[in-house]
Amino acid sequence: MSAGTRAATLAAIRRNRPAGDHPLPQVPVFAPLVADDHVAAFTEALKRMGGRVVEAGPAGDPLGHVRERLDAAKVVASAVPEHAGNRDLSAVTRPQAVDDVDVAIVRARFGIAETGSVLFTEAELVVNAVAYLAQHLVVLLDPADIVVNVQAAYKRPDFAGAAYAVLHTGPSATADIEGVLIHGAQGVRSLTVVLLPRGDVRAA
Amino acid sequence: MSIEDLTPRETGGMIHPEVRAPVDESERHQDGGRLQHAEAASKPIAAPKTREPQPRGAKIRGNRPIDQGEAAERFLAAPLHQAAHDERLWDLRKKRDVSAHGIPEWEELREIASSIKAHTLSRLDTYLEQFEAAAKANGVHVHWAADGADHNRIVLEILRSHGARTLVKSKSMLTEECGFRHHMAASGIEIIETDLGERIQQLDNEEPSHIVAPAVHKTRMDVAEVFAKTLGTDPDNDDAHYLAESQRETTRPYILNADAGMTGCNFAIAETGTVVTCTNEGNADLSGNVPPLQIHSIGIEKIIPRIEDLGVFIRLLSRSALGSPITQYTSHFRGPRPGTEMHYVLVDNGRSERLGMEEFWTSLKCIRCGACMNTCPVYRRSGGLSYGATYAGPIGLIIDPTFNKRKYSTLPFSSTMNGSCTNVCPVKINIHEQIFAWRKVLAEEHQIPLLKQGMMKAAGAVLSRPAAYRAAIGTADSALRALPRFAVYNPLNTWGKKREMPDAPKQSFHAWYKQNRMAGAAKKDVS
Ligand code: SF4
Repeated sequence: MSAGTRAATLAAIRRNRPAGDHPLPQVPVFAPLVADDHVAAFTEALKRMGGRVVEAGPAGDPLGHVRERLDAAKVVASAVPEHAGNRDLSAVTRPQAVDDVDVAIVRARFGIAETGSVLFTEAELVVNAVAYLAQHLVVLLDPADIVVNVQAAYKRPDFAGAAYAVLHTGPSATADIEGVLIHGAQGVRSLTVVLLPRGDVRAA
Repeated sequence: MSIEDLTPRETGGMIHPEVRAPVDESERHQDGGRLQHAEAASKPIAAPKTREPQPRGAKIRGNRPIDQGEAAERFLAAPLHQAAHDERLWDLRKKRDVSAHGIPEWEELREIASSIKAHTLSRLDTYLEQFEAAAKANGVHVHWAADGADHNRIVLEILRSHGARTLVKSKSMLTEECGFRHHMAASGIEIIETDLGERIQQLDNEEPSHIVAPAVHKTRMDVAEVFAKTLGTDPDNDDAHYLAESQRETTRPYILNADAGMTGCNFAIAETGTVVTCTNEGNADLSGNVPPLQIHSIGIEKIIPRIEDLGVFIRLLSRSALGSPITQYTSHFRGPRPGTEMHYVLVDNGRSERLGMEEFWTSLKCIRCGACMNTCPVYRRSGGLSYGATYAGPIGLIIDPTFNKRKYSTLPFSSTMNGSCTNVCPVKINIHEQIFAWRKVLAEEHQIPLLKQGMMKAAGAVLSRPAAYRAAIGTADSALRALPRFAVYNPLNTWGKKREMPDAPKQSFHAWYKQNRMAGAAKKDVS
């Protein structure tokens, strides 16, 4: 029985507690590894992890630099006001239903300069599974939302508040066969970050 | 002994130039350069295109001691596999070095990570209770499993109560430890591994040979053969992209139709009740976000106190494992999606007992990065399956005997005691010292006389007498004679390459220990 097991496990742990005092260390704040230009550092780091980074498009067409990908897509699921898409994520009742999505567009809560990562929670994704079942992912990131490193990221409150939070650093990848790097192992085949401020006036 | 002393000789940046692949199929950078993130090789590596049957792992004969040396000899007798394996893992080790050297505070991070783990393990009862309470408050069902069988029984009950018959899962060493797949097959539940390497191994009816790269011992020709037989792919097509795409296409329907999803756990956060997984394929996220029922299997030693502590471990894990600054996906599961159920199974399986083993409890700090395996000359040359246990390589040598002292009594002898594993371990486990300590324990408990005479001829005499051992390995030459068969074993005899000689310790373990460990004793956090 689980209750008995719980008690037995905890008792065994108490009985076998390692000797000595083992205080919890304070984690120092280390000097950033990246230069002051966090956007440049983020861009370089993400590209090395297989992601793509593009600037916002001209006024009236903020997603201009991913236009080709969007135009080639049959099903576009958008979780952002900057693009309408043709699949309403808020109407999706089963995650399996987004398997046919060619491109998903979501906004990142923040980015990390040190690694090129972007964070999503269930609030940004609407349907969590779309970030994996879609063929391609387009991510809007406000350059002002880039934190310096992983340590700084984990000082933010987002992780304690979300039911699901995930850092994406580039697309789904594998090199399980003789070390050959392949994108799109199980999840998205590409991840493109568009550096687009929140509420940009061009997104009319 | 410094790390440099252990560096194998290279020609043109490779130990085995013959496995340099003629074509580079790796993905490209947005600006055109070659990419090498995730577990990718830093240069194209492929076994030469001569068919060589894949060497299989150690022979398992019930409870009888594993003969690692015998399986290792068969691996060495397959030179194409051996060369590609050795090269690939050494490449990961070198990527790790580059990555670690890029961080000035690397050593401090290792120290802090080690201390956080020591702290948590010394108060594990309290942190587990905190974790459980937080998880329950988040709406997660929490179960406690005493051992592997208990874990499997609990999961089966959860599945049955939902009428679930299929389960997709991401890679988890814990479930390997529990014999989960085999148990479920017998209970009529269909289990699908979704990590490419793990799926290859599942389809080939083999255990994973490496904790991070489960199929690293296979060439693409081996994979093509397995997929042709099981997935119906073209047997003559061994293109890695074709094979990976075939797996994606055939696995996707299972993911969409699965009744349940399962993941392992890299870190469990006490303060928030969060389970964290680190993957490159995104398959943990598919397993956790698509099926209506999600189960996370958690070894009780995975607990860390705070979210903030993740900042330390995430910076260390992927850099140590693969040389990448982070895995593609770092996923934090804290509560169920609306309308779905989420379960945690907290598994002991010997961990609470190990906590009481004075010399070995710090092995519970392990974050399963595989760095000690990649650097180990014995592991690289013999393949993970030669250990005949869930955990191979240096970490395996010190935890496998806690599961079964007799069956794994020989494993602590499969080491040259060079200390390289200890040097790369991100949580500073004194691995090679524990290997030595296990030899003493096993000798004292008379597990050793059960071994084949030949294997222990040289080593047996000095095992229970550390002074003699130290004297015996005072010179590199006699060290090889004092060490057991595998270390003495000379690949020269197998395929005649002098440069493949195992690295002989240039300085004895004890001299190394005195110089390197005693000096830092004041800072040591372990007893
Ligand atoms: S023992 Fe250390 S180096 Fe080896 S897998 Fe565990 S954490 Fe990594």
